[in-house]
Amino acid sequence: MGRKVGIVATGQTKHGPKRLDVNLRELITEAVTRALEDAGLRMEDVDAVFLGNMEPFEGFMFPELWSVEGWGGYLKPSVKFNTGGTVGTTTTMAAYYYVAAGLYDTVLAVGFEKQSDGHTQAAITTVGDPVWERTMMAGAVGNFAVMASTYIHESGVTPEQAAKVAVKARRNACNNEYAHLQMPNLTVEEVLASQILAHPIRKLDMCPQSDGAVAMVIAEESKARKLAPRPAWIRAVATAHEQQYMGDSPKRLAIMRSQIAASQKVYKAVGITNPRKELDVAEIYEVATYAEMAMYENLGFCERGHGGKLIDEGVTSMNGELPVNPSGGVLSTNPIGATAMIRVAEAALQVMGKAGTRQVPNVRTALATGYGGNAWTDALILASN
Amino acid sequence: MATTKAEVVEQKALRIPFRLSMEYEYALGAHAERFFGELRDHGRILGVRCPSCNRVYVPPRPVCGICYAETREWVPVSDEGSLVGCTVVELPFIDPMTGEQRPVPYGFAMVRLDGADTAMYHFLEETDPKRIHVGQRVKAVFRDQRTGSLLDIQHFRTLEEAR
Amino acid sequence: MRTDVAIVGAVQTRYEAKKAHQTYNELVYEVVSELLKQTGVPMQEIESMVTASQDFWDGKTISSMSVSEVVGGYLKSEAKVASDGIQALIYGAARILAGAFEYTLVVAHCKESEGQGQTITAVMFDPYCQRPLGVIAPTVAALQARAYMNAAGIGSETLAQVSQKNHRDAMKNPLALRAGDYKIEQILSADAYADPLTELMAAPTSDGACALLLASPEKARTFGSRAVWISGMGNSTDAYWTDRDLAQADALSQAAKRAYQMAGVGAKDIDIAEISARYAQEELLYGEALGLWARKDVAKVAASENGGKVNPSGGAITGNPATVAGLTRVAEAYLQLSDAAGAHQVPGASVALAQGADGICGQTQAVVILRRGEA
Repeated sequence: MGRKVGIVATGQTKHGPKRLDVNLRELITEAVTRALEDAGLRMEDVDAVFLGNMEPFEGFMFPELWSVEGWGGYLKPSVKFNTGGTVGTTTTMAAYYYVAAGLYDTVLAVGFEKQSDGHTQAAITTVGDPVWERTMMAGAVGNFAVMASTYIHESGVTPEQAAKVAVKARRNACNNEYAHLQMPNLTVEEVLASQILAHPIRKLDMCPQSDGAVAMVIAEESKARKLAPRPAWIRAVATAHEQQYMGDSPKRLAIMRSQIAASQKVYKAVGITNPRKELDVAEIYEVATYAEMAMYENLGFCERGHGGKLIDEGVTSMNGELPVNPSGGVLSTNPIGATAMIRVAEAALQVMGKAGTRQVPNVRTALATGYGGNAWTDALILASN
Repeated sequence: MATTKAEVVEQKALRIPFRLSMEYEYALGAHAERFFGELRDHGRILGVRCPSCNRVYVPPRPVCGICYAETREWVPVSDEGSLVGCTVVELPFIDPMTGEQRPVPYGFAMVRLDGADTAMYHFLEETDPKRIHVGQRVKAVFRDQRTGSLLDIQHFRTLEEAR
Repeated sequence: MRTDVAIVGAVQTRYEAKKAHQTYNELVYEVVSELLKQTGVPMQEIESMVTASQDFWDGKTISSMSVSEVVGGYLKSEAKVASDGIQALIYGAARILAGAFEYTLVVAHCKESEGQGQTITAVMFDPYCQRPLGVIAPTVAALQARAYMNAAGIGSETLAQVSQKNHRDAMKNPLALRAGDYKIEQILSADAYADPLTELMAAPTSDGACALLLASPEKARTFGSRAVWISGMGNSTDAYWTDRDLAQADALSQAAKRAYQMAGVGAKDIDIAEISARYAQEELLYGEALGLWARKDVAKVAASENGGKVNPSGGAITGNPATVAGLTRVAEAYLQLSDAAGAHQVPGASVALAQGADGICGQTQAVVILRRGEA
């Protein structure tokens, strides 16, 4: 394989419901500036920039070109990606491949979204195929509600277990100065009393819509070693996509073919056979509470049907055997173009030992996942060696 | 009640409104043309079969993505099936096809028709979440006047009581 | 880490004003299935795909969902570039150079006919100061044409000559949308597009798709002379259109410099250049930035038909859609260097250049240099 590649620095904006104090370009600059500061680099030191964002959410084609100064792109190589929810991890993986290939040595990966500039539900509805699916679309909520019903039928998970996932997420987010939703006192009862959006999904079961951006400095081995005392090495990456239509994998959340395939690929690449034991932390892309539990199963953290058991036993809480989403996850912060990259950045912070009050002790191996499109998956393993 | 700081920021923020109205005319393509022709003219639902794995796909498409084999054989599938997943939506949505809000609550499900290996989203007639369940048998209710679209099926009617 | 990567096959659809009977997955299946037949590589052996499409042109958020299955993406590594397909090609090559894959399938698609181009291009513009003015792509193409004409000291006739040459050459390209032996007067008096451009100086609305297969050196060896090597790649990003001189293409100069350096060649070594010019002035401006000619010589260049070495396919002005146009250039350069260009074959070429651009007035630019393979 190509050269060894590591993440050496990150920068995030304060993610929020409406960042009215910045326009899109300024939002991006906030994250990029922080990443460069974190790395101790100037823009001249960056060879290329890789960007991810979902243009329909801002109603803006090529928003990154309009924002070019915001990410230091003038007369620099750049590539823009758009793959839905996975775009943040897609972009990270592209940066990785270009550096591994020897085409660039030090690059920036940037994910951004200003949901408040546009109409999120409209842009999600147009994900549906216009001939076969769009008329039926009920947004992300309707989609997840249907998928959750299948998962509940398969596994028997309860609304209380789902509520525990919500509580874990929003309380974890209190250790994350960038998170959008921070709810230190959230209780299971409150989640169960929140408004029903589409059965069984309640308001507090679902992720928010956020404005935010994230940037990471990624470098080849010799430069990475100079830039960070403990780089988060990108040890394995995998993507698995799906067939075309939303019903092609009927149990699509409960038994997510792409998630099983992509995670198996990365585990195999680094020799992991018992992810629950051998991973020290995971930042996974969970759009809803039920999705997180299903993902525990698909990612091999537990047996089929035991996703609810895992949350009941506290295995995935901050002091559990495998903390999941110390950052608060997607349930707390969701600027779609950035969300999957935030998973990578947060996993990188864990490996680098720079995660502050949300640091899991002694992290050597972390998993980051992206979810999006038609139940597609990206998976990355970051490690300290 | 005093205005919150967030509200003050929002009131003071300058914003430029921009209304984007985009019109498209999507080609149906050969597979959809055949499918919707059959639906409109005969009230029949068709799928395509993969010659390699025998899976029957609804919606039809040029190739079975699992085998990468061309799907040329058209087979009829039943207008009855089972619910793979189901919900009742309470949150109001703008229907993208009409620009109007869809009245809530409405039933919405992933339906696998007998004879097909894949499922499709459609509406349910039932709007009480306690009266729908995964695995429930359902039947398509066709409109009398059909135009060649998925809405030629008005919705799916549940055939059995909820468990 | 590898140092070489090759193109081993390329297929394009016919470019048409409106492909009314094909939807995206059928359009892309057409090129992908043909490519697999052409190369003899079964989909089972391909693990990596990079696609290019635009959500706004497709009228679909996550436009690649429409083609994920037909490009063989099931459980495989497919990614979508939201820019011209030439960027997808470069990324596909990077994946192979990284040692991660043996093959990458690269596909671009666009059906400009399905949406309303004017509304679509309007959303590229600054929402605060420009959209309220109703600026659309034809507006800025015209502004650039005028700026370039002033800077280079040329008139509309020179632009018409560019159009004439391309449309004449396209008569030998069976895939071209628009071709013909137009007189200069016809081109000058054609319907106005946006002054000073007439409709024959601008690409018409078009639908089409293009697919190429990239291979590692180990796999490429089995293809003999059908393997064409990618010897240089470069891309760069310019300032936003109102922040720069539209009569310059600095990003392209940068991109070309990187590509030439990587390939170890200079502009004088280029036998064939396929330039993404959807407007007549772009061919002349981009040729300058590529080092193919000097500004003082452009009138002469346009009059001389540049010896058949520029856009033997007829180029994008004859009708290649956005997002596909740059990948088409690579496909055409590949055909030339593998002696598969049929009636528009230029004999004896061994080094070709393909260029693609996207964004307003080519804000993002990419260049690929190809080298003929051994027999």
